[in-house]
Amino acid sequence: MIMNRKFLTFLLILPVLFIHTRCNQGGGTTGALGASNAAEKVYIAPGEKDKYYAFMSGGYSGQVSVYGLPSGRLFRVIPVFSQDPEKGYGYNEETKPMLMTTYGFIPWDDAHHPKLSQTNGVHDGKFLFINGNNTPRIARIDLTTFETTEIIQIPNSAGCHASPYPTENTEYLVAGTRFSVPIPQEDVPINSYKENFKGTFTFISGGQEHGAMDIAFQILVPGYDYDLAHSGKGVSHGWSFFTSYNVEEENTLLEKTASQYDKDYIAAVNWKKAEEYIEQGKFREMPAEYYHNVYSDRTHSATSEIKKSVKVLIPEECPGMVYYLPTPKSPHGVDVSPTGEYIVGSGKLSADLTVHSFEKMIQAIEDEKFDEVIDGIPVLNYDAVLAGVVQQPGLGPLHTEFDGRGNAYTTFFISSEVVKWSLETYEVLDRQPSYYSVGHLMIPGGGSAKPWENGEYLVALNKITKDRYLPTGPELAHSAQLYDISGDKMQLLLDFPTIGEPHYAQAIPASILAENQVQAFPLEENEHPYAAVRESETKVERTGNEVHVYMTTIRSHFAPDNIEGIKAGDKVYFHVTNLEQDWDVPHGFAVLGNNNAELLIMPGQTETLVWEPQNTGVYPFYCTDFCSALHQEMQGYIRVSPPESDIKLTWGLGDEVFGE
Amino acid sequence: MVQNKINLLIASLMIGGMVFSCSGKKQPSGLRETQSQNNKPVSYEQAVEDWRNNKGVGPIIDIELDPVDQAMVARGNEVFENNCTACHLPYKEKIGPALVGITERRTPEWIMNMILNPEEMVKTDPICIGLLARYNAVMADQNLDEEEARAILEYFRTLKIDPQEDPS
Repeated sequence: MIMNRKFLTFLLILPVLFIHTRCNQGGGTTGALGASNAAEKVYIAPGEKDKYYAFMSGGYSGQVSVYGLPSGRLFRVIPVFSQDPEKGYGYNEETKPMLMTTYGFIPWDDAHHPKLSQTNGVHDGKFLFINGNNTPRIARIDLTTFETTEIIQIPNSAGCHASPYPTENTEYLVAGTRFSVPIPQEDVPINSYKENFKGTFTFISGGQEHGAMDIAFQILVPGYDYDLAHSGKGVSHGWSFFTSYNVEEENTLLEKTASQYDKDYIAAVNWKKAEEYIEQGKFREMPAEYYHNVYSDRTHSATSEIKKSVKVLIPEECPGMVYYLPTPKSPHGVDVSPTGEYIVGSGKLSADLTVHSFEKMIQAIEDEKFDEVIDGIPVLNYDAVLAGVVQQPGLGPLHTEFDGRGNAYTTFFISSEVVKWSLETYEVLDRQPSYYSVGHLMIPGGGSAKPWENGEYLVALNKITKDRYLPTGPELAHSAQLYDISGDKMQLLLDFPTIGEPHYAQAIPASILAENQVQAFPLEENEHPYAAVRESETKVERTGNEVHVYMTTIRSHFAPDNIEGIKAGDKVYFHVTNLEQDWDVPHGFAVLGNNNAELLIMPGQTETLVWEPQNTGVYPFYCTDFCSALHQEMQGYIRVSPPESDIKLTWGLGDEVFGE
Repeated sequence: MVQNKINLLIASLMIGGMVFSCSGKKQPSGLRETQSQNNKPVSYEQAVEDWRNNKGVGPIIDIELDPVDQAMVARGNEVFENNCTACHLPYKEKIGPALVGITERRTPEWIMNMILNPEEMVKTDPICIGLLARYNAVMADQNLDEEEARAILEYFRTLKIDPQEDPS
């Protein structure tokens, strides 16, 4: 089949080659060949499948969207930190606890950096993690169900931006505070910043196992803005790196005041050393409340646990744990090469790109080449740790990823371009424009120890779209741009709109995930306390003014589908179990006038909707997901009577009617 | 479950392939043994009459029936209760037909293929096509495995007479 397609492609291209040759004879260099060649590279014929899954953050949408590469087709939106009216996440009773925090229920947060779980530094396809930026949290997405299954809140933090960037074997996920704040929180004047504000680096354990995330320890650090992170790998395994800006420790007009000094710092944290200090009991137990929310695919429900304290390490009491690497000017991304040796700091206001050497860093620590010590943190000598500088590669460098062939690719926000450079010579090898203002970039596996296929594709994640698509009023879709980077020069292949802001992304070969997909939840494993796993278990129960309806769905009826004896002012819980056991047969549930939500129930799952009818009458309910040829017949009625009425509670299907 | 699906797919592909290679044209394969060379559609009545020669289409090619195995009957009863009773009852029509006496009007292979491969059966088997016209509802695939389908068949073998019609 592949041979056939290739041959067909060849036949299709032949005339184009011809035309192109003729154009060239005329002295013109049209884009005809380029366009056709690019189209061929991204075309996935109907019924064929993409080579990669790409997971793109929705940025301010609080979600993750799933695309195919190279086609750029959207497959799914996974709600993480925001309610989702397509799936009921955060609306149904079962998933509401997922969005609980010490601040209460948070319906919408800002999601930033998706990162795949790793084994030996290689993406293993088990989980995707992503940080909630505004109300600090880290979420786990299960890659067999594409559902958010765990969220842990990060205490003593504000602006959880430098996160989650797992260590080589997902021993830890990390979280650095973008906004320093009083720790613990207290009511102090804002201009007492220098005196009272602190930052933290949090290390979260349990990444390898569903339900096991926990705050292992926090490190209290000077009150800078900690921007981004990356954990070491290979030679630098055991270390994590965090960029900082605002080492000036200003609290107003940062646009100007946080850019006064020539250099800010990349913090290098020796987390194995930190583990030793924890072992030795050199931590302070600090009261700090935070939520840990876990979803189960057996109970189809989430539960919340409120934790009460964290272990905090102070650098002054723990020598050898944290060092600062001076890095010009307000570095944003800190990216570690596949071998773990090079640490690229993108000083966003710097003309040059700074590359530190891990080996030199270790030597400088041994030789105690410290320029100064800040709150117990030695500042290493810049020249002693520097591996090299890429001279004037562009304007506004932000992020770097790698192809595994010795090349690095850096985005430049201000000059809107992606620049390829050599990790050996620090020479610029190629540059291609982005449309426009690229932020992060993503090469499948390009931030790990193993870029897939030695760097085949690069996706630029753009912040501004302007004139690239048909205009849609003042708000425009953001965009992702796909480049072929397999050759010496990068080639722009495709430019596709995304959901929210495609802040950062990950991609993994489809072959690793596709065969592990859950198709239905086995009914015999359903442990939901209100499940009816067969029609004979359906019933309606009243306790005071609370009514529980144990309902089932199957193509194409509800059981029960006629209910009487509900009273205005009752609180009615519809616990709906989908009895289907086949792939891609969800059922929906909606009842007239419900001011809460609807349901969408996967095969074998139970979900609950709360309905509080205020007025008497007969209310229809129906299936909202076109399920079968008789979908339109999939409906029922509920009679709501006055509170004082003596209508008995009855329920039934067909000629079978039951009562209390 | 996924493996089960793949097996099913392979089986249906193989059968589809066989039909394809015989006639060079895809046709309802449910009656391949009775009229595989004939392109004329078979009526429901004809198909019902000729049920002994219809094994359906799906993974089950041939079943040898031993004397009824009571342990398997109990297992089949349980699987039936859990997966089928939303639409089928043993002695009463619900969404689909009552199943009493089914083993007296369908072959064991047809019954198991109907459970394991309903989607293709509904599209290609002349009895199924006729039943769809009468009952309107399409049978759901509950993703049972062969062991479960076989147990249901064993349970069906015990549903010969409606106990309400036969007080003895």
